[in-house]
Amino acid sequence: MELTEFVIKTITIVVVFALTLVIAMYSTWGERKVAGFIQDRMGPNRAGPGGLLQPLADAGKMFFKEDFIPALANKWLFIAGPSLAMLTALLASAVIPFGSTFRWEGHEVVLQGVESNIGILYVFGVVALGVYGIMVGGWASNNKFSLLGAIRAASQNISYEVAMGLSLIAILMMSSSLSLGEIVAQQHGGNWNIFYQPLGFIIFITCSFAECNRVPFDLPECETELVGGYHTEYGSMKLGFYLFAEYINMFVSSAIISVLYFGGYNYPGMDWVYNQLTAALGSQTGHNIATLIGTAVFFGKALFFIFFYMWVRWTIPRFRYDQLMNLGWKKLIPLAIFNIIITGAAVLFLKPLITAWLN
Amino acid sequence: MQLTNRSKQVSNKEMTLMERAYLPAIATGLAITIKHFFAKKVTIQYPEVKRYLGPVFRGRHILKRDEDGRERCTACGLCAVACPAEAISMVAAERVKGEETLYREEKYAAVYEVNMLRCIFCGLCEEACPKQAVYLRHDEFIPVFSDRDQVIWGKDLLVEDMNNRYTREAWTKEEAHALDAKRANGEVTNVVPRAIP
Repeated sequence: MELTEFVIKTITIVVVFALTLVIAMYSTWGERKVAGFIQDRMGPNRAGPGGLLQPLADAGKMFFKEDFIPALANKWLFIAGPSLAMLTALLASAVIPFGSTFRWEGHEVVLQGVESNIGILYVFGVVALGVYGIMVGGWASNNKFSLLGAIRAASQNISYEVAMGLSLIAILMMSSSLSLGEIVAQQHGGNWNIFYQPLGFIIFITCSFAECNRVPFDLPECETELVGGYHTEYGSMKLGFYLFAEYINMFVSSAIISVLYFGGYNYPGMDWVYNQLTAALGSQTGHNIATLIGTAVFFGKALFFIFFYMWVRWTIPRFRYDQLMNLGWKKLIPLAIFNIIITGAAVLFLKPLITAWLN
Repeated sequence: MQLTNRSKQVSNKEMTLMERAYLPAIATGLAITIKHFFAKKVTIQYPEVKRYLGPVFRGRHILKRDEDGRERCTACGLCAVACPAEAISMVAAERVKGEETLYREEKYAAVYEVNMLRCIFCGLCEEACPKQAVYLRHDEFIPVFSDRDQVIWGKDLLVEDMNNRYTREAWTKEEAHALDAKRANGEVTNVVPRAIP
């Protein structure tokens, strides 16, 4: 029994890990394709059908480039930078619930790497650590521009984490749970949090753009001002790791957005589908197929948000640094606090009224 | 004084709340970019698909032969003189008895070379030629080269192949203009491309 559980967990974690990597890999392809399409071009289409082998070609190029470390850089920290970025990016996907459960001969397997009752707190902790990769790398490069980029990244991430955390508190007040699995389960069917928290959603998605260092908040790698930002001195696969970590972060935050606000694997009419499938195919196969549909819905949502990230990238110009700080501290944080108060009032006064009226 | 009515009065007034909220403007921008996302792409997939170059496109040179397959060039050197890039050079030779089937005139170009790196494809050589011997093809480019030896094209590459003659709808500017005018008026003009000017 112990062994089976261990094997099941191992398989789940490996699958989650591989999925995260593959999605991040193909996000690089997707980014270039979306960029092309939005600019009335075709995007990569030479490597394989539709350019699908492009990520492999890029990886091959990255691996075969010279692994260069500047003479005056701090060697170990220079290597630690991209490693940390990659590590923290990959850690966060462990607690995301990809679907409900999978039944196999009496075993009930949860489609989640780690079933944690403080899931969202864990994600926040790991995301907060993510800035260390950028910080350490930019600092160790011994380059003014890299250091400036790193400092920007650090201050930007700290500023936007506040508003992000505050916008999240409203969700936690509604769900009264920190477990991601629990938060998703509460949004059963079409009862998604976005309908209760539209303001919180806007704040959260803005902050996650800033946390991922994506346009319009990509000041840490602002090439018009800082050459290449924190990764100016990086090349070869170390640069590849930084870029890859950014795409993994993008996937993780898209998944978190769909879990928190768009019901994760829930979709309207899922009970009807579930009943039809279990009636037709039995409680094991039917249940598993229903779970797979839910997982597909989840990935559809997450991929849409990845697309949204790219869509925004080719729409909005970069913020100036003081505008970034003004937006973070003077607009988003007060708005998030306002959102908490409104949510608190609604939970306290409006909810009993509505439930009384419905009953 | 007002030159155009397109000028706009610059104002520095406070933004309204709607404008300061950013989101409506962002939504408008997103709508514009997504419209482009689904728009038809202008890319021509070059090596597989080649665009039509037009009847007066100036591509690579060709040294024409006449209807009997004799070289028209008489090595007068007017093309070399006309060439602003000094890309053309030639060595003249005198036709001997028995070569009448090869060369139309009594003097011919034993060597005729065009340096394709110097050439600017202006077409002044074809205008200068009194024998209508040198033309710039409208359907072929200079192919990609990897060595400077491949850049200087001699007679082996330039002289027309009688089995695969270069045909054109119009051989002079006047002819081409007349054809264009006819087509613009909607008259049906099925001109058979011909090989001889």
